Amino acid sequence: MSLSPATVAAIVAMALATYGCRAGGYLVFTRIRPTPFLRAVLTYIPGGIFMSYVTPALVHGGLPSWVGAAVTVGAMAATRNLAVGIFLGTAATWAVWGLW
Amino acid sequence: MSQKVTFTWAGFRRGMRLSLPLLIGTAPFGVVCGIVAQGVGLSYLETFLMSAFVYAGSAELVAMATWTHPASPLAAGFAAMVVNLRLALMGPVLAPWLDRLRGWRLWGSLFVMVDQNWALSVRAMNEGERDAALLAGMGLPMLAGWIVTSMLGRVLGAGLRPAPGHPIFFAALAVFICMLVTLWRGRRDVLPWAVAGGVALAVSRLLPHTSWYIVAGAIAGSLAGAVRDRMGA
Repeated sequence: MSLSPATVAAIVAMALATYGCRAGGYLVFTRIRPTPFLRAVLTYIPGGIFMSYVTPALVHGGLPSWVGAAVTVGAMAATRNLAVGIFLGTAATWAVWGLW
Repeated sequence: MSQKVTFTWAGFRRGMRLSLPLLIGTAPFGVVCGIVAQGVGLSYLETFLMSAFVYAGSAELVAMATWTHPASPLAAGFAAMVVNLRLALMGPVLAPWLDRLRGWRLWGSLFVMVDQNWALSVRAMNEGERDAALLAGMGLPMLAGWIVTSMLGRVLGAGLRPAPGHPIFFAALAVFICMLVTLWRGRRDVLPWAVAGGVALAVSRLLPHTSWYIVAGAIAGSLAGAVRDRMGA
């Protein structure tokens, strides 16, 4: 049950930034229409985040991660079910890692 | 919206019933966040605070990708802001409801707004639903479910005590890979995604042990996509 001051500060910063987006976005963008360019940037951000998270991790993770990624894509494309994708992908990574 | 917008207990309860399938859908994501929280050394209390007050799984995973001790509030806050910028466009879509709300009804509804209850609310609103409590009615059980599943993952992590680099942490990657599969809209995504991945890889080499690579990759990729769209290529 420990609390590190720096961790609490980081969580507060994350909470403020997140609520700033949820509430601040509503306040700002109901008054000012975002330009089409800004709107396009914001819609591309989720994909950019996920690619940026995944790519270096895959490169560092080696073969087990690549196999796991392929299985995750296949499972998710076939079932559209997050739980199935996570479970099969992680199981495949774990299996290859065990054999590796 | 010509008719009066309401915020009733009946609408809230209807939202709660609608949240059931959403709860099942996001449960594995919460468990993964809890496992990762244990992996980066967050205590139970810290895990609880993060899931309850940040309540944004993607931002939590991105910030924890390179969590440091002591933690960096600047890096974590900035990462959370960039990851959650998409939320800034979601509130205005529900303006016909939200503009009619005041006080805790408005600010509370915005606090529990996530992708899933937002999407269902937009659909309901477009079908003529006038009870704005639907959003919070779905959102509050989802927040509770998020806290419970995060803590469950934290307990699971404590039981397994996986070493850094253990394949169980692939689950965090799997979450994002699944989201990429869902997001894929075809060829238009190739350029922004490739730029994001390439920039992230380069920055992760230049600035190791920081999470800036995710922010840098996301900004570069989304700018590339938007510039390409504007040029009409």
